[in-house]
Amino acid sequence: MAKKSMRHECAKSLVELGAKYNEIIVLEGDLKESTQSIQFQQAYPERYIDCGIAEQNMVGVAAGLALAGKIPVVQSFACFISMRTCEQARTSVAYPRLNVKFVVSHGGISPGSAGTTHHAIEDIAIMRAIPNMAVLVPGDAEEAKQVLHAALAYEGPVYIRLSASDTKDIYTERDVFNIGRATLLREGNDACIITTGTMVAVGVEAADQLLQKGVKTRVIQMASIKPLDHGIIEQAAKETEAIVTVEEHNILGGLGGAVCEVVAETGGVRVKRIGIKDHFSDVGTATCLLNKEEITVQAIAKNVLGMLK
Amino acid sequence: MISPKIKELKHIAKQARKLMVETLICAGCGHPGGAFSSIDLMTALYFDIMKIDPHNPQWDERDRFILSKGHSSIGLYTILHLRGFMDKETLLTFRQDNSLLCGHPDMHKIAGVEMSTGSLGHGLSVGAGLAMVGKMDKKNYRVFVLMGDGETQEGSVWEAALFAAHHKLDNLVGIVDRNMLQIDGCTEDILALEPYRAKWETFGWHVEEIDGHNFKQIKETLERCPVSASRPTLILANTVKGKGISFMERNPAWHGGGLKGDQAEIALQETNAALVED
Ligand SMILES: Cc1ncc(C[n+]2csc(CCOP(=O)(O)OP(=O)(O)O)c2C)c(N)n1
Repeated sequence: MAKKSMRHECAKSLVELGAKYNEIIVLEGDLKESTQSIQFQQAYPERYIDCGIAEQNMVGVAAGLALAGKIPVVQSFACFISMRTCEQARTSVAYPRLNVKFVVSHGGISPGSAGTTHHAIEDIAIMRAIPNMAVLVPGDAEEAKQVLHAALAYEGPVYIRLSASDTKDIYTERDVFNIGRATLLREGNDACIITTGTMVAVGVEAADQLLQKGVKTRVIQMASIKPLDHGIIEQAAKETEAIVTVEEHNILGGLGGAVCEVVAETGGVRVKRIGIKDHFSDVGTATCLLNKEEITVQAIAKNVLGMLK
Repeated sequence: MISPKIKELKHIAKQARKLMVETLICAGCGHPGGAFSSIDLMTALYFDIMKIDPHNPQWDERDRFILSKGHSSIGLYTILHLRGFMDKETLLTFRQDNSLLCGHPDMHKIAGVEMSTGSLGHGLSVGAGLAMVGKMDKKNYRVFVLMGDGETQEGSVWEAALFAAHHKLDNLVGIVDRNMLQIDGCTEDILALEPYRAKWETFGWHVEEIDGHNFKQIKETLERCPVSASRPTLILANTVKGKGISFMERNPAWHGGGLKGDQAEIALQETNAALVED
């Protein structure tokens, strides 16, 4: 199966969108190759500001640009935007509901052996807790492109979390992403796997393996973490016997937390959260770390089977 | 005449550069540029200037070093190895699966790493905290914090600068690796720092400007620290990013990346040749 870099594909889309939205200004925090904002810089040098290694200022400036009618797209790593600039994002962007788009790369443990300082396993929880902030976590290059399009068509602050890892193609141009809507990738009423971000490929593969064992597993990709598709979760809670959530994030406060909040109020089903078990990582490539955390196809399938017993 | 100590430091720095090349080849990734620009400074600190004891890394009276530019970890790890804090096998596991040597240093994994770093602009504040306790508890240790020049674009650095001057932390020494480059280009093109020396001076720091590859200057200046009573000291070390590897020098493309193929060969040859000269 083809693998693509969602950062590169998304950056290409941003250049295209630059023609449609003259108000787009891209702000970068000295990581233009890593985020691939260099593509926009090359296409529109006059609408590009490399703010240097000063992220808090960058987000404040973005707020000012938005106040004056521009559409700032802020780029850096997920860890620095969600944590270093958290208060600027909350108080200067989300509170006045300014039209700032955060397009951050290196989400989750995708920076691998660069290490804990560069991992973002808290960002979904942090950004999700901020009122007015939409949080979108696409799973492949196509979904990332569609997420970006949707974010620009939407008025208000959006946090888009991309991965540094190359991803398998799951979606095609025929699929449609909408903010606030999850996508159903596999039907089934025995169990339900809910994924976000790059975990979609792992979730689909686990469901396909389970099917061979006769277990019909529904797969839902929740790229729109906020606003959340409550309906699809409530339905899964009613119609299936078990829900397993999978995310490249702490099991606290992210996708698993969001799903549990809904299920706790509707009732009906047990939820197992798969993710990073609330500790800082060891050293290793992204794949090594995912294996260590048991965020794998095998572990998901095992968890589903265990819950159906 | 070159003093024997300076000769020794030069030799150690050459050994360090060679080991860094070997380790970067093994790892296939890392951040060479800023490590090669600051390795001479780290060599002098660990082999001459700082009071430390590899057999007792937690010694209460030791001088403290914080690598605020945590991405230059390969430099720190190599020096810690040469100084007896870790063996070569460990060094060569840099950034590999299950290694203790993270891309950005983790203080709980390796003795001698005083603080976990990697997000820029944190170290000077932490150093100020350590220095503050030195004052409160009347300890004699000094605190050295190595920063990148690009790193000092972070506002937090200047909050720390204000704090340290306000509290007269003369036991705190900031060192800036002024190699003129950050990732996306020259600091003066991205977010200008100049007039740089004057900025630190107006913030109340005593500034010493040196050539960060000249051991005589490094030694003589760092030896005198704290230079000024009741003021923190800033060592403005002019350096060359990628120093010692011809194709890396002053080349922003070598901020990050592993060494492979022909370039690995050249880097090995150059660092070997430098050692043979001695
Ligand atoms: C807060 C933060 N923002 C961004 C980065 C990503 N980053 C790592 S190194 C670097 C450039 C550092 O430049 P400089 O401080 O001059 O270091 P040197 O050139 O000596 O390597 C950047 C932007 C980071 N580690 N931390």
